[in-house]
Amino acid sequence: MTNVIEVEHLRKTYGQTVAVDDVSFQVNEGEIFGLLGPNGAGKTTTVESLQGLRRPDSGHLRVLGLNPQTETATLRRRIGSQLQESALPDRIRVWEALDLFAAVVPNSSDWQLLMEQWGISDKRKAAFSSLSGGQRQRLLVALALVNDPEVVFLDEMTTGLDPAARRVAWGLIRAIRERGTTILLVTHFMDEAEHLCDRVAVVDRGRIVALDAPQGLITTHASDIRVIFTSDYPDLSWLEELPEVHRITRNGPRIEVEGSGPVLARVAAALVQHGIVPSDLRTEQPTLENVFLKLTGHSVHE
Amino acid sequence: MRVLFKLTWVEIKLFIREPITMVFTFALPLIFLFVMGGVFGNTPDPEGLIFRGVGPIDYYVPAYIGLISASIGVVALPVHLTGYRERRVLRRFRASSISIWAVFGSQVVVSLAISILGALLLIAAALVAYDASLPESPGLVVAAFVLSVLSFATVGVFLGAILPTTRAAQGLGLILFFVMMILSGAGPPREVMTEAMHWIADATPLRYVILTLQDPWLGFGWNVHASLVVGGFLVAATLLSARFFRWE
Repeated sequence: MTNVIEVEHLRKTYGQTVAVDDVSFQVNEGEIFGLLGPNGAGKTTTVESLQGLRRPDSGHLRVLGLNPQTETATLRRRIGSQLQESALPDRIRVWEALDLFAAVVPNSSDWQLLMEQWGISDKRKAAFSSLSGGQRQRLLVALALVNDPEVVFLDEMTTGLDPAARRVAWGLIRAIRERGTTILLVTHFMDEAEHLCDRVAVVDRGRIVALDAPQGLITTHASDIRVIFTSDYPDLSWLEELPEVHRITRNGPRIEVEGSGPVLARVAAALVQHGIVPSDLRTEQPTLENVFLKLTGHSVHE
Repeated sequence: MRVLFKLTWVEIKLFIREPITMVFTFALPLIFLFVMGGVFGNTPDPEGLIFRGVGPIDYYVPAYIGLISASIGVVALPVHLTGYRERRVLRRFRASSISIWAVFGSQVVVSLAISILGALLLIAAALVAYDASLPESPGLVVAAFVLSVLSFATVGVFLGAILPTTRAAQGLGLILFFVMMILSGAGPPREVMTEAMHWIADATPLRYVILTLQDPWLGFGWNVHASLVVGGFLVAATLLSARFFRWE
């Protein structure tokens, strides 16, 4: 497989602040690659450097084999970009914006179709300033796709969208990938990274702390499944003797058993053996949230 | 070229949708025309001491055409461009490889289009209301007009390139506009103003734009000195814009 994006030892500082410390990764053709981390982790600086919008202090960058610093014009025609914190003129209409951005490249996508796919065709004559946050966001994503790009950079694309619109957006992103477009997704939403990305780089304080498929990250860094039930049975020490069980936490009648492998079946069998038949026995699978917490020691929202 | 064309067309529509710039560009010169016409009429001073010896309206029509280009150059354009930078519209343009030349070029073409509209409107009003004279040397007036509008448009792009915020652009733009309007030939006749006012007027581009337009309009021929100053502003503003322009 070809590397569509190559980043080696990227570093960027703003005065005393180190935005990106030392970041390296590759993105394969046709992949949805996620940069996941809290605000200020260096994700945006990384993708903006890849688009030639920022000049890195050091590091080797290639997008579609082009150097973003020196071959900027050629590169920008072949990539799509949805920037965080960018806007359009207040009084520009939806169709005017799409028509304008489509003019940049000769063989641009059909913007009428994009407008329909992204659910803004009923707003085609509306001024940008009159759009809701979600509608603006969808227009900006549609603009990123209007030049039929080979690589798309989406920076917090679902911020401001309601849960239903986010699901729709995820579906559309998958559809874009089906056409062979490579997608670099920047997000601080764990569920978005987990549902959408083929591989995720967890970024914290300017560094990549882990990089793998979402399920791989979970298996490696947060494999513990939690079995939860309620019981007032006083002594549960026999549960701890099961090899699959790592930890038991009691919170009043609520009991959480952390463990790995077939822990649910083992716990259930042991409970039945001791005559305990809880009606609310359930499991919680680990998520990227747990991975993030384990890797960085803090939650993504901190 | 396709981008420049599309962007220019969008920018013309955006200009027309902005009420404040519309008032400044189209309504204000017309209001001045009717106020000055109401006060002075269009009969030349019998002794030829003020208004360069011509009818006041004949004097003011080319001056207000200059004023239209000045209001675009020092108010509308800088406010528009700084707003684009502040709201990161420029950044969005840049990421989609819309070049600074398309951005600058569209603003210059828009200035020209809007100035033509404003000038035609003003001339029509002056003809209907005051039976004003048409230009004595139409060809030279058109040349003077294009030079003047381009010059103020590049001054506008320059101010938009260097001013940090929309607020700064509005503040400075309005001060420049009103000082130039009152002192540089679009306000009271120059002949009645003091020496100090003349000095200030002579330091503003509008003074030279008005002379460049007025001389061929009134049949005094091409004003070489004034037109060189106007051309100088054009060249200097273009070079300085290219040097100091920032996307964000």
